[in-house]
This record gives sequence, C-alpha cells and structure tokens, in this order.
Amino acid sequence: MLGRASMLLPCRSILPARARPFSTDLPAAPSADATFTEAWTKVIPNMDPPKTPLSFMQPRPPTPSSIPSKLTVNFVLPYASELATKEVDMVIVPATTGQMGVLPGHVATIAELKPGVLSVHEGSEMTKYFVSSGFVFIHANSFADIIAVEAVPLDRLDVNLVQKGLAEFTSKLSSATTDLEKAEAQIGIDVHSALNSALTG
Amino acid sequence: MASNAAVPFWRAAGMTYITYSNICANLVRNCLKEPYKTDALSREKVHFSISKWTDGKPEKPSFCSVFIRSLHLPDMVANL
Repeated sequence: MLGRASMLLPCRSILPARARPFSTDLPAAPSADATFTEAWTKVIPNMDPPKTPLSFMQPRPPTPSSIPSKLTVNFVLPYASELATKEVDMVIVPATTGQMGVLPGHVATIAELKPGVLSVHEGSEMTKYFVSSGFVFIHANSFADIIAVEAVPLDRLDVNLVQKGLAEFTSKLSSATTDLEKAEAQIGIDVHSALNSALTG
Repeated sequence: MASNAAVPFWRAAGMTYITYSNICANLVRNCLKEPYKTDALSREKVHFSISKWTDGKPEKPSFCSVFIRSLHLPDMVANL
C-alpha cells in the first residue's frame, strides 16, 4: 500500500524539514517601523512620526556563531520579575522529565516544569527557589525564559505546614471518590513531597 | 510526532493545565511562613462581576472578590 502511494506522487518534491527558519536564526528585527514612518511623512511631513511599539521593544539578539560564555536568564512571575536578563553560568530547572541543567549553548528547548527547586549558579553563588509549576523556553542564542506562577526562596517555607499538608493530602487520596478529587489529592501529594524534599534534601 | 503521548493524570481526570497550575501555586502559598503568607494570600484573590441576563437584557451586576480556593467552579456555573 505504501508503494502505491509513493507511485501516485512521483513529481511532488518533499518539503525540507525546516521550511521556515527559527526566529532566533533571522537577523535582528528592525527597531523602527519603516513602512509606518514613510506613510506618515507622506501625509504629515511637518510633524515627527510617533513611536510605534516596535521602537520600544529590544530586538532579539541573533544566535552568535560561537557559544557565549554566559547564559542570559529572564525569570518572571505574574506579579514580579525575579531576574531580568541576568547573566549566569548555569541554571538547573525542575522539568517534568527530571532536573535539567542549562548551560550557555544549550539546544533550543521548551520544557514544562513540575513543582521543584530551581537553582541559579553564578560564579560561586547559588540561589535556590521553589517553583510551583511553569515553563522554561531556552532559545538558540543562550537566552532562557523561565516563567512560573509562584516561586519562593526556600527559607520562606515552613516545614511544619508542609508535613501537615502532606499528611492531609495522603488521607484525602484514600478517601477520594471521584476522579477529580483523586487528581486534586494526587497533586497535593506531589507538591508537598517536592516541598519536603526541597526543605530536607 | 507523538500525538497520543501518555496524558498527565490531571488531564485524564478532566482538569486543564491552568487549573492544575493554580492549584499547585495555592498549595505552595499555603506553606509559606507568616509575613509572606499574608502577602501571598492577597495575590490569590479573584475579582469578578457576575451579571445575569433575562429576556436578552442584563440585570444589575454583582461584584465579588473571592479566594480561588473557595470557588467550586462547576457548582457556581450550575447555580447561575
């Protein structure tokens, strides 16, 4: 059957696997909107054209040809920006597939995070945060964007509350009836055991 | 591409990623030490206004601001 299908498409060329380039492979985007300024000066030559959003944005840096020495990290939360374009040596993120170390020159990746510890290594310092969940986007130009809903430094967590929560959710799991209750109890157990191992490990 | 990859247990139970993520964030906030905990609880608040419609016209909206923990969304929508 496969042989007949390939006979039916003799002249169709196979599209290349990457027909469109990744956004970080393109040259840096222009910082002024050329078509807008031209159209403006045609209609209103006497006034300066207003700034468009494009001029406020910093263009994405292109992928350098050699691996840079530092990783630039943007770590953001919905209510605050923890790290903004900070240059670090390495970050270890708690991805669903396990603890993932990100060094400069890491392959472009999107990873979903599970509740766990995020550590930022800069020189000899290491800062640890407990992340509830989120995503990390690693770009080919050694920029990493980490977005999380809630991230707290480990010293702000209370061990007794964590253990109480773990016991509470373990009992909830055994008494849960519907699928949804079971899922909620399981989430509670996962989060609290991750908190526990972060505080004790 | 693997489109039939094993779904996470919460999606199999009918929960969306946003619900899962918010539940995780709430659980972490509940385990914070005291001064940080009260600050964080104010972040959990959801402000919304509900207006019921009858005969194609909206009635006066009611403003609520509730902690998302106490929201039982399916029940709330069913009671509207």
